[in-house]
Amino acid sequence: MKALDRKLLRDLRHLGGQILTIALVVACGVASFVALRGNYASLELARTTYYERYGFAAAFASLERAPRSLLADIEAIPGVARAEGRIVEGVLVPLEPGVRPISGRVVSVPPHGASLNRVDLRQGRLLEPGRNDEILLLEGFALARGIEPGHRLPIVLNGRRREMRVVGLVASPEYVFAVAPGDLAADPTRFAVMWMGEEAVAAAFAMEGAFNDVAVTLQPGASERAVLHELDLRLEPYGGLGAYPRARQPSNYMVSGELTQLRSMSSVVPAIFLAVAALLLNLVLSRLVLLQRGEIAALKALGYHSGEIGLHFAKLVVLIALAGAGLGAAAGAWLGAAMTELYQHYFKFPNLEFRFDLSSAIGSLLVTLLASGIGTFAAVRGVLRLAPAEAMQAPPPARYTRSWLDRLELGRLVGTAPQMVLRELRRRPLRTLLSSVAIASSVGLTVVGGFYYDATEELVRTQFFDVMREDVTVTLTGPRPERAVRELGHLPGVLRAEGRRELPVRFRAGHRFRDGVVIGYPEDAELRALRDKNGRAVSIPPGGLVLTDKLAELLGLEVGDRLTLELREGSRAHEEVTLSGLVDESFGLQGHMHLTALSQLVRQEPLVSSVLLQVDPAHSRELHRRLTDLPAVAAVGSRDELLQRFREQSAGMILVFTLIITFFAVTITFGVVYNNARVALSQRSRDLASLRVLGFTRAEVSAMLLGEMGVQVLLAIPLGLFFGRGLVWALGTTMDPETYRLPLLVTVRSYAFATLVTLIASLLSALVVRRKLDSLDLIAVLKTRE
Amino acid sequence: MTVVTPPPDDSILRAEGLTKVYLMGEVEVHALRGVDCTFHRSEMIVLLGASGSGKSTLLNILGGLDVATSGRFWFRDQELTAADQKTLTRYRRRHVGFVFQFYNLIPSLTARENVALVTDIADDPMSPEAALELVGLGPRLDHFPAQLSGGEQQRVAIARAVAKRPELLLCDEPTGALDYRTGVLVLEVLQKINRELGTTTAIITHNAPIARLADRVITLADGRIVGEERPTEKADARELTW
Ligand SMILES: Nc1ncnc2c1ncn2[C@@H]1O[C@H](COP(=O)(O)OP(=O)(O)OP(=O)(O)O)[C@@H](O)[C@H]1O
Ligand SMILES: [Mg+2]
Repeated sequence: MKALDRKLLRDLRHLGGQILTIALVVACGVASFVALRGNYASLELARTTYYERYGFAAAFASLERAPRSLLADIEAIPGVARAEGRIVEGVLVPLEPGVRPISGRVVSVPPHGASLNRVDLRQGRLLEPGRNDEILLLEGFALARGIEPGHRLPIVLNGRRREMRVVGLVASPEYVFAVAPGDLAADPTRFAVMWMGEEAVAAAFAMEGAFNDVAVTLQPGASERAVLHELDLRLEPYGGLGAYPRARQPSNYMVSGELTQLRSMSSVVPAIFLAVAALLLNLVLSRLVLLQRGEIAALKALGYHSGEIGLHFAKLVVLIALAGAGLGAAAGAWLGAAMTELYQHYFKFPNLEFRFDLSSAIGSLLVTLLASGIGTFAAVRGVLRLAPAEAMQAPPPARYTRSWLDRLELGRLVGTAPQMVLRELRRRPLRTLLSSVAIASSVGLTVVGGFYYDATEELVRTQFFDVMREDVTVTLTGPRPERAVRELGHLPGVLRAEGRRELPVRFRAGHRFRDGVVIGYPEDAELRALRDKNGRAVSIPPGGLVLTDKLAELLGLEVGDRLTLELREGSRAHEEVTLSGLVDESFGLQGHMHLTALSQLVRQEPLVSSVLLQVDPAHSRELHRRLTDLPAVAAVGSRDELLQRFREQSAGMILVFTLIITFFAVTITFGVVYNNARVALSQRSRDLASLRVLGFTRAEVSAMLLGEMGVQVLLAIPLGLFFGRGLVWALGTTMDPETYRLPLLVTVRSYAFATLVTLIASLLSALVVRRKLDSLDLIAVLKTRE
Repeated sequence: MTVVTPPPDDSILRAEGLTKVYLMGEVEVHALRGVDCTFHRSEMIVLLGASGSGKSTLLNILGGLDVATSGRFWFRDQELTAADQKTLTRYRRRHVGFVFQFYNLIPSLTARENVALVTDIADDPMSPEAALELVGLGPRLDHFPAQLSGGEQQRVAIARAVAKRPELLLCDEPTGALDYRTGVLVLEVLQKINRELGTTTAIITHNAPIARLADRVITLADGRIVGEERPTEKADARELTW
């Protein structure tokens, strides 16, 4: 080995702690990139291939009922490649007697098999034509419930109970993320999707020769917008509920939302780390180069070219970057695989697996090298440009001048040590600033970690405690006369029953529109509280319409503006209404009216489609048993259970996320504080040793050195809290606002947590340096010549 | 008009009218004010002069560490006056060995490795072990600079300078940081190398007695050569006292 390379290895060992901390920062950056980017690519690939393979449709529409002959009309729409009509209906699965049934959905399969949205057979076999008691069951549900091919399952089809035989377990591109309509959280145990022969479904729902759901694919280059418009026109006479593109298909919509977030995270988070790594490398390298000024000069005098010396330092940086990147790639592969495993719980792509994307690993290595190069270049260039004879002399004593700060004679007040600290900071304002910014970025990251917890807690508080005051929600099989409310109100244990009408509509303002529901409430409704964004109660004016504020924003509406409601039930008329108020809601996009006004709008007698119940807990079991037996009941939801599921789902994710982000943040803080202190130590060990010889105590000397870091940290904390708030806001813009909206809120608790984490990390690194300082060999330091 | 006479056959280094001006803000410091000199093959030269007289400046320029403000100089028949950094580096790498007052060893490398630093890049070097043997440090091969005394460190520096078999050995106060006894030891090594390898050697010193080692003594004052003499009798390093 060349002597110069040997020097490299010795330098590396000598810089051990510093190199380790920098490599760790690099590793965090590369790991987050490999994990996030890898998951993005894996999810995207799984989605594309899965959709392709199983013929996921390009557009969908539900309707009341249309004859199959209409399908030819639909296929004749310019741009439509293929249309397939299906019967899709809600069903109930009374799995255990006496326990309320699980809500489900049945999808019809043509005798020769579907051509669009084909199922992916995972276990067992497909349906055999003519066997009307066979079903295919969604694998996610079956696994969660321990159901296997061959099992029999009771199904309530259109109010009639039948025993069906499960012949196969399937996955489907339509139910990658399976969430029951109106449910707030995905729960594989609570949503049973099944596929059944067309004949059997048609017979059960009296839909022979008809369909109520259509999926189409497009010809290449077709205008999606135009096709959707035509589709709406064709379906209008048949009770069409509004056609929607693949992008709005509920399952795909959730997948897309996740992909968007992954993509933005995979650029922001690694960028922060690599920037910090570049800063640290610059810090350490420039100090090293300064310390080795004499050695560099000697090398030049001995005949080494500037290029060779530059390469020598470049190797040092490349080794650090390589070590960090290698560690990061390994950690990223592990982390990425763990993330994918988490995703597999949510997104049932059977082909989803974490792919360690070599090109993204290499890409991040290149970016790391580039960042390190930038960090190093400036440091090395200066010395390389020195004439060897000039570099021969030790750097002249640093220049200090008296400043206005000194003129205040603070020294007399605060003593000499703080004054030395102040002068040192003032002499290197850029380094102080950059170090503070780097620490601030870690504070900011920790704030983001806290935000997820805060936001979820706030969401739970408002949604489950302020908004939902009912204990049980009963969804009826369809709109029913108000009498149903009174009947439910007489069930045992029911303290209060309120009927509501959920009316599907298309909200339209000019060319913008959204599909959703308008909810009608009785005048004296108490069980659902509407609030504005300041938390004040909003009451619906008689005859008026109140919208989710986000919906109004999406439609470009303000209070007092006119909008059109295209009703999907009853009269199916297009009615102009005035927007009379806004409410702040965490979930969904909807409108609110009084039931009477809504009924007038649809020109129907007052009907209800769901009933909210307040229940005496003592009678809860009894009530659920009774509800099970009512044929008009489609689904029963309990607030407590919903809350519990929501908590379970989010708690695990949030804990993992917070832990990772805190670890990342600690790495940065530790890296910055430790490296700064070590550099300062090597820079000033002579001064400090001299002071010790003069009789200063270890504590006093440490205070002079670490005081500098203390100031940096103290500057960084407020900056970081501010930065964290900004990151949270930026993160908010990447989250899809249409399904649910996390309140962009950071509590004092999170700020305190971030501050605490930073202080502890700083203290730890200060302690490590303090130990170094305590073991300072006075004689050795004073004897060596820089 | 000056007619440039080609250097005589045994001259190895020749300078004409070298000046060096340092600009310190408004003030011009004239470190050299027109120096003409010639170093001959295998010659042992001692440079004397008061502090600030320009000795280091001259040696740095002749060694290719620094560039003159004006004047010309040649190594053999190659003119290096206007040479770029690359050429100067090649010049130092192939032909010049330096010994500094403060040794300038790489602290993270052992004695052997410090010498290897040079043998790694030289064309026809001796082995690091042989070079260290030459300066009497055979048994201390694997010691780090911090484990060696000042005199030993300086001998490692000399081994490092001569390992490439340079034509020119330039020493700036090689005994400046050493006590008398160690100083003599170092001078002995330099003399031995001059004799055995025929290396042209220039030594800057403040110790007039050292001049007795020289074939030629050059005295500088205020940036000019003010004296040049050839001692009648060349002394042995061991006989020196100061
Ligand atoms: N880098 C520099 N910048 C400005 N002036 C310089 C520089 N280097 C040397 N000088 C000045 O040039 C003059 C000659 O310096 P030089 O180092 O050659 O003296 P010297 O004879 O080697 O002295 P000493 O015996 O003290 O080493 C001095 O006046 C010195 O102050
Ligand atoms: Mg000098």
